[in-house]
Amino acid sequence: MPRPTDLPTPTPRSSSDDQVFWDGLAEDRLLLPRCTSCGSVFWHPRPFCPECSCTRIDWFAATGNGTIYSYSVTHKAPGNWGAHAPYVIAYVELDEGPRVMSNIVDADLDMLEVGLEVQAVFHAGADGGAVLRFTPSPG
Amino acid sequence: MTDVHVVGVGMTRFGKHPDADSTDLGAQALLEAVADAGIDPRLIEAAYCGHVFQGMVTGQRVLAQVGLAGLPLTNVENACSSGATAIREASFAVRAGEYDVVVAVGTEHLTSQFRGALTPDPSDPEAAVGATMPSVYAMRARRYMHEFGMTREQLALIPVKNKNNAALNPLAHFRTRITVEDVLESRPVADPLRLHDCSPVTDGAAAVILMSDKAKKRFCDTRAVRLAASTLRSGSVDVEPTSMTFEPLTRLTAQDAYERAGIGPEDVDFCEVHDCFSIAEVLRVEGLGLFGQGEYPAAVQRGEADLGGRLPVNPSGGLLGKGHPLGGTGVAQVVELVRQLRGEAGNRQIEGAKVGLAHCRGGKAVGIEGAACTVQVLTR
Ligand SMILES: [Zn+2]
Repeated sequence: MPRPTDLPTPTPRSSSDDQVFWDGLAEDRLLLPRCTSCGSVFWHPRPFCPECSCTRIDWFAATGNGTIYSYSVTHKAPGNWGAHAPYVIAYVELDEGPRVMSNIVDADLDMLEVGLEVQAVFHAGADGGAVLRFTPSPG
Repeated sequence: MTDVHVVGVGMTRFGKHPDADSTDLGAQALLEAVADAGIDPRLIEAAYCGHVFQGMVTGQRVLAQVGLAGLPLTNVENACSSGATAIREASFAVRAGEYDVVVAVGTEHLTSQFRGALTPDPSDPEAAVGATMPSVYAMRARRYMHEFGMTREQLALIPVKNKNNAALNPLAHFRTRITVEDVLESRPVADPLRLHDCSPVTDGAAAVILMSDKAKKRFCDTRAVRLAASTLRSGSVDVEPTSMTFEPLTRLTAQDAYERAGIGPEDVDFCEVHDCFSIAEVLRVEGLGLFGQGEYPAAVQRGEADLGGRLPVNPSGGLLGKGHPLGGTGVAQVVELVRQLRGEAGNRQIEGAKVGLAHCRGGKAVGIEGAACTVQVLTR
């Protein structure tokens, strides 16, 4: 089975809400937002806590470890993604709680399953930015 | 306050229309609705037009083409719920006593805009990982299979049911009966979903004419169907991790509709739901409370959602079989409800149907569970 690796790495369209996240990726760090009032860790980044509406949010470095919550091997896609099909879209449940939509790379497609342990990898783009992806954890 | 009644319905054939545009299609549906109501079109006092990708003042173009220029006209964009939202706005104008006769049109010429899968807005983080609408629903399907033990064969029974219903509908995009094998052997799109699990890119339009009690009594008393509820919600703030196998937005919008109509889910005789993908039908009927969580696939297998079953789902063929011209979809669902409730649905007629429900949901915006969800209840 194919082992997709070189997926398109588009320039992220960042906003003031998620600039810290994208800056972290460029330094190979997965930074997550956390509410300073209720402690909830959430995804995606935004200027208020979705649980308690508090606007004091700080960022911390996540482990980058998680498990596959669900995934799909995508066979048909528009634009420059089409040439890379089949590739894997997944929701990864991070050890810190949130689920993020990402790609699984460097994996045999037939070893994928819900619950598989994965870890973050950082794919650099042409412009100095980076995209968050995941690969099966060793062992 | 007056009740609101649907007194006339019209709909084009759904499918590919290379020789028409959204104006032509909308005008054809509108003229048919006027003829069905048996009224002088000059009685219409206001118009609402739902569409997504047809550009500025599409509704004005439709009305001008049928010689009804000059009316107050509101264009409505609410993703896949655009047509249903147009009906809701039209019904408010009648209920408020402002007008007695209004029309809602939904139209879309999608084949000239898209080929293949719709993709997320480029500003969504999903766009950076190559997500498509099919891949998002595919992940929901896989998670549902994981949580509730649904098999791939059970999921295939939904496109089989809907496309076989569509084969009985002369206006449907697909008219060919299919089997479970056809679904399982169709081209993979986003595993586990295959081509037959996905609604097609469709052109089409539909229109309904609404009246107040007073106008109904005067012009069209016998074939009217009451619009008992027309509710709308957008998704609440998305608190991760959200469920991929249950839809709070569908549940809340349905609860609003049941309350407004004075009924419960047990009173619904049949429904048209937003089956943009096979798995979507599962999530919708369970979200609507029509079947218990995790129970719908087995119910389909027992034939409960068939035309002759306990609660027929998507008798028209649904989005999978009849087609999905975004703006036209929500209006066409109401056309099917009206035809069923009048007993005019031909060889897909559901015997004795008194209460029909239509559900649409569509769109995605960062930070909320879903963009727009509508539920309409019609009663005879
Ligand atoms: Zn908080």
